[in-house]
Amino acid sequence: METLRASWFGFEKTWTWYRRNWRATAVSSFLTPVLFLLALGLGFGSQVQSTALIGGVPYLQYLAPALVVVTAVQGATFESTFPVMSQFMWQKSFIAMVATPITPAQVLYSQVMWIGSQLLLRSVVFVGIAAALGAAAGPGILLAIPVATLAGLAFSAPLVAYSATLEKPEAFNNIFRFVLMPMTLFTGAFFPVSQLPDWLLPLVWLTPAWHGIELARGATFGTLDLLPALGHTAYLGALVAVGVALGVKFFHRRLAV
Amino acid sequence: MDNLVEAKALTKHFGSFEAVRGIDVEVRRGEAFGFLGPNGAGKSSTMRMISCVSGRTGGDLKVLGMDPATQGPQIRARLGVVPQLDNLDTELTVRQNLQIYGRYFGMSRAKCRAKAEELLEFAQLSDRADHEVEPLSGGMKRRLTIARSLVNDPELLLLDEPTTGLDPQARHLLWDRLFRLKQDGVTLIITTHYMDEAEQLCDRLVVMDGGRIAAEGSPSELINRYSTREVLELRFQPGAEKPDLARFAERVEVLPDRLLLYTQDGEHALSEVHAHGVQPVQSLVRRSSLEDVFLRLTGRTLVD
Repeated sequence: METLRASWFGFEKTWTWYRRNWRATAVSSFLTPVLFLLALGLGFGSQVQSTALIGGVPYLQYLAPALVVVTAVQGATFESTFPVMSQFMWQKSFIAMVATPITPAQVLYSQVMWIGSQLLLRSVVFVGIAAALGAAAGPGILLAIPVATLAGLAFSAPLVAYSATLEKPEAFNNIFRFVLMPMTLFTGAFFPVSQLPDWLLPLVWLTPAWHGIELARGATFGTLDLLPALGHTAYLGALVAVGVALGVKFFHRRLAV
Repeated sequence: MDNLVEAKALTKHFGSFEAVRGIDVEVRRGEAFGFLGPNGAGKSSTMRMISCVSGRTGGDLKVLGMDPATQGPQIRARLGVVPQLDNLDTELTVRQNLQIYGRYFGMSRAKCRAKAEELLEFAQLSDRADHEVEPLSGGMKRRLTIARSLVNDPELLLLDEPTTGLDPQARHLLWDRLFRLKQDGVTLIITTHYMDEAEQLCDRLVVMDGGRIAAEGSPSELINRYSTREVLELRFQPGAEKPDLARFAERVEVLPDRLLLYTQDGEHALSEVHAHGVQPVQSLVRRSSLEDVFLRLTGRTLVD
């Protein structure tokens, strides 16, 4: 209870910051994903013939639930890298926080809570816009909101932990290029992963994006069976748990020396 | 409980590096206590242990009668910490910085608002209350950092190099605020490598060097114990051979560019030196300071 309360105060600080600065982040968090939906869903999608492989639905509707997840994973990547490093090294807000009764673990919790709330917000806005553009196949797409938030957190939590170990931001560029980019393009958002060579599939299954996309699309089109659903959710939950556990360890190491 | 801090044989290691090598310290309620020493003396490491952020490697430590290893959050709830480097939220306003920090201590929003108002006044920042922090001057940021550290009405305020990097006017303004706190009964612990700051602010201090305590006492006690009343400084041409003047003083320190003659009467020593036919480029008689104490104790000057 005390931990939740203390973490909430950290959350409040970022919220205070966000209220002043949300306009600056609105383009990347809201506009960019919508442009993707417009260009690839409406524009490019108009030239794509629906096949049995994608369930015979219009490409725009096929794409929408997956883009919610991809958007969340992208947002998670940005929120879990530079802002985290900055609060250790440049703004030093984390250092200011641990001089108060707040502990390093609570600092981490507040950060993960904040990122989770951001992912939720982005997903809600995105699904709203998708629905307005006729990209929502049915009410099931609402389930893509919690799914995308969970998938985003499953990538965010380990990444926040990793960011807490870094002294320089160079490694982030490699994450953007070699992890985020392939995870965006090749985990089933734009085409079924069955089109990929077999040897690549185990790598795809490791990504939180693939599990999220399977869940979000399955929920939207009502094609999800219970057992796979539980499996995907459990995997994503486990990534969050491992990430948070590592985060607690690395935040303590960084802040309490 | 009259000692707010009690340390016995306190040590701190970072890997194989021994930052603090067994120090004994007691800080009494209501006093201003100083850690004086050059960079790397172990002052900041000691402060971090006292502020219950960093754990100790060995020895005993009690802060406000509690053990930082097990009661960190409870102790920190009653401390104020002014870090060496400002860590304000620069993209928030001055007022928001104070209010948010109050929330970290679990204070209600109403309490935080009221406290912020009071501290804006104290820090002389009321007219900047709703400005962002980023463009403020160094002195203003520092005052805000100090104001922020007072948000929980701390019993013990820890200041790590509070005026490093400030211009003289900003320093005096800051010292004035610290004096006021002292009058209000707040116990202060200050680290500094400025001897004038230590002399101005500290009732009692320890001189630290190489992770150890070299001496302890009030500024005047230390000066009496380790130095003479006055010092005659003689400056010579760079590279010129310096004469042996040991017979004119109780002690002579040879620095690269000058000689320091420790004596009870500097003017008298100067006339004797002149009578001896020695012609320095420049001479100065001054009272002994903590700088001299430090030089005596460690053989090095404080600020290089």
